[in-house]
Amino acid sequence: MNKKNIEKQDFGKVVLNEIVGGDPKAKKQKKSVWKAIQIPVLAIITGLFIGAILIAATSETVYAAFREGFFTGLGQAFKEIGTAYLALITGSLGNPVSIVAALKSGDAAAIRSAVNPFLESLVQSTPYIFAGLACALGFRAGLFNIGVEGQLFMGAALATYVGYSITGLPVYIHLPLAILAGALGGAIWASIPGILKVTTGGNEVINCIMMNYIAYRITTFLLTGPMSRPGTGGMPVSPIIQKTAEIPQFFQTPIRFHAGFLLALLVAFAVWWVLFKSTWGLNLRTVGTNPRAAKYAGLSIAKTTILGMALSGALAGLAGANEILAVNRSMAIGLSSGYGFDSIALALLGNSHPVGVILAALLFGVLKNGATRMMVVSAIPIDIVTIIQALILIFVAAPAIIRSIYRMRKVKEESIATVTLSSWGGGK
Amino acid sequence: MAVSSATIQRVKIGDISRVRRISTGVIEILIAAFIFFMFASKITGDALTKFVMTPGGITVGKMGDWIVQTRLTLWIMAGICLVIGIYQLIKGFGKFSTGMIGVVFLAFIFSFLTWQASGKQLNLAGMLSSSVLLAVPITLGAFSGILCERAGVVNIAIEGMMLMAAMVGALMGSITQSMWLGLFFGVLSAVLLAALHAVLSIKYKIDQIISGTVINIFSAGMTSFISQKFLQVHQELNNPIMFTRFEIPVLAKIPLIGPILFNTNFFVYLMFFLLIIIQIALFSTRWGLRMRSVGEHPKAADTLGINVIKTRYMAVLLGGMVAGIAGAFYTLGSVGRFDEGMTAGKGFIGLAAMIFGNYSPIGAIGAGFLFGFADSIGSKLSLLGSAIPSTLMSTAPYLITMIVLAGFVGKGHVPAADGKPYTKE
Repeated sequence: MNKKNIEKQDFGKVVLNEIVGGDPKAKKQKKSVWKAIQIPVLAIITGLFIGAILIAATSETVYAAFREGFFTGLGQAFKEIGTAYLALITGSLGNPVSIVAALKSGDAAAIRSAVNPFLESLVQSTPYIFAGLACALGFRAGLFNIGVEGQLFMGAALATYVGYSITGLPVYIHLPLAILAGALGGAIWASIPGILKVTTGGNEVINCIMMNYIAYRITTFLLTGPMSRPGTGGMPVSPIIQKTAEIPQFFQTPIRFHAGFLLALLVAFAVWWVLFKSTWGLNLRTVGTNPRAAKYAGLSIAKTTILGMALSGALAGLAGANEILAVNRSMAIGLSSGYGFDSIALALLGNSHPVGVILAALLFGVLKNGATRMMVVSAIPIDIVTIIQALILIFVAAPAIIRSIYRMRKVKEESIATVTLSSWGGGK
Repeated sequence: MAVSSATIQRVKIGDISRVRRISTGVIEILIAAFIFFMFASKITGDALTKFVMTPGGITVGKMGDWIVQTRLTLWIMAGICLVIGIYQLIKGFGKFSTGMIGVVFLAFIFSFLTWQASGKQLNLAGMLSSSVLLAVPITLGAFSGILCERAGVVNIAIEGMMLMAAMVGALMGSITQSMWLGLFFGVLSAVLLAALHAVLSIKYKIDQIISGTVINIFSAGMTSFISQKFLQVHQELNNPIMFTRFEIPVLAKIPLIGPILFNTNFFVYLMFFLLIIIQIALFSTRWGLRMRSVGEHPKAADTLGINVIKTRYMAVLLGGMVAGIAGAFYTLGSVGRFDEGMTAGKGFIGLAAMIFGNYSPIGAIGAGFLFGFADSIGSKLSLLGSAIPSTLMSTAPYLITMIVLAGFVGKGHVPAADGKPYTKE
């Protein structure tokens, strides 16, 4: 490394410290941890609280009970909320009674089925981890990647194609190849808005939204045409992938817990390392927080933007590849249940930090998995989770609301994930 | 002062660089060649294309079928494109360039239809009539975007507002058994969401894209929740009284135009009404000037005594109102019941139409018709048994928007303070 390079890096660090507000090491660690999580935690509690009110307010039995008397109604409301949230918890984390019973009996199969709800929650949170990381990385680079959905579809399509069309390869070649294909599909799709932003100044947000729809249409076309499974009569389903391209599941069929979850954790670690321990990550964050300073420090904004976008898209593509290779084993058009928009919520909730994203993804996975049980037990539509997620997102994005609800002292705004928006048509 | 006026001069669309003039000309000539060699070459001289010029089920304002010689028509269209292309290449149309691109584009579409329907018949009037209806939510969505973004607030929550208004419109329209009350409550729900967007993005100054995304997520969840909890269980709650087609007495008798524009849904008339109102209000009143100044240079506007915050609140609420009408169109004007996720991204296409239409109501309605027409072509083509899959055809609006954004078809003017929160000093 020559001298000039070292200077460059130092300058970037100085700039970053100035933006973040002093040397991060100087801060007291303990206090900052609570500070970092208090808003998200309170946001989650408030979101669940409002969700509870909604459950009670839309229940016909509660209204019927209120007609009998105020306290009967109130009791019924609490009962309904209790049943619903209990189902949410047992459905996502497992029923403690049956877990204890299974452990006592020592029967391996019983233990497995008792802890299955928790494992299933992990399965559900795996795509959230990838997608959330995708958005978080974008935020760190000052990019608003709202196109995770489209990148996920393209990644999934490419991974599926590699997964079923290539035969005769051993697992240790075919599987990595299929996973990489997924990352590549997402990366290519994401780099288009990146390139457009750099070359024409077109805002990545609207381009990403447009590309989401294009990706959706293209995959519909592929699944009904070139990639359709023979003999399904025009159903938009792809052929089943080869055994050699499958991400292994650890247990027998009802339990879907798979190695993709571990891969997600590994990728999260890699993203953390790249963002916070590598020179390139520093450049990326410098471009994200202060492009002007980055320019004066001699960084190539164009290169960083395109690479940042591509990397973000690669993570989104991994989310799609994971769903195909580990869970679904073939591609259908209803692949994503809105991971694209959820990823923004995840990144915000996790403050665009890989650890935060993992925690947020676990929460979303738990909510999603538990909601299925809740729907069975108390007939509450699964969409309650989406509403709660939106509420959490509001509170995380506007901490001032949370502060005024809980009468917290006003603190200096220290948002990292805010991306300053230029106009749609580009700055110049 | 002198500097800023100089920059404003530069943004004018009339100035077109030499490279763009030449490249546009080349593309237009290539389109001419495409029509000539790809479409016309395989058609025999005696092939005919029959265009039906009356939409199905219409009795007033009928018009005879229009039969053309396929190959000759294609040759003429290719000729028009060639002449425009050559002139563009040599001299250039100046500020009419974009308009000429539009002419070439229309010629291409017409050639395409003529070619596809060669030896068959195609109900052109029916297609136009359905494109107008398909254009309604897109155009109204674009109007909503214009109102917000001219005042400097980016609104990607149009989709969510539309969805909510569609659901509430269906629900309240069924409960009250009145289409007007359904429309009222639908619009009200969208305005409430707009108020949330305004509070989040103007008062709390959170990123306007995030605020919009939140509303979209919330709306998708809430409408599906209510739909599953009530609308699907009690079918009578999802059966609103609809606005039906009614003809405007004299105008409906004009052939072709009458059936398409003057014998149609209430919402189409409402769209034209809003077009006139918004166009005049934005560009010919003091109110509109103030609003636009807030979107261009809020600090200057504030200095002159305009209340920036209040203006933005009002703009977003009005935008929500128009988005609400767009949403209510689905359940009260077109489909007649609520289905989950029924707006299917039309709110985003509305944004695209807004950008394509250069942030003006007239432009937006043009873009809306174009996108509506593209939609309608897609569905018609699958009926004609076209070789081009309709799924790929339907990517056209999105692609066009990206091309426009990239500045290939004349760079538009974006409100300078669009998306930037304002802090009074």
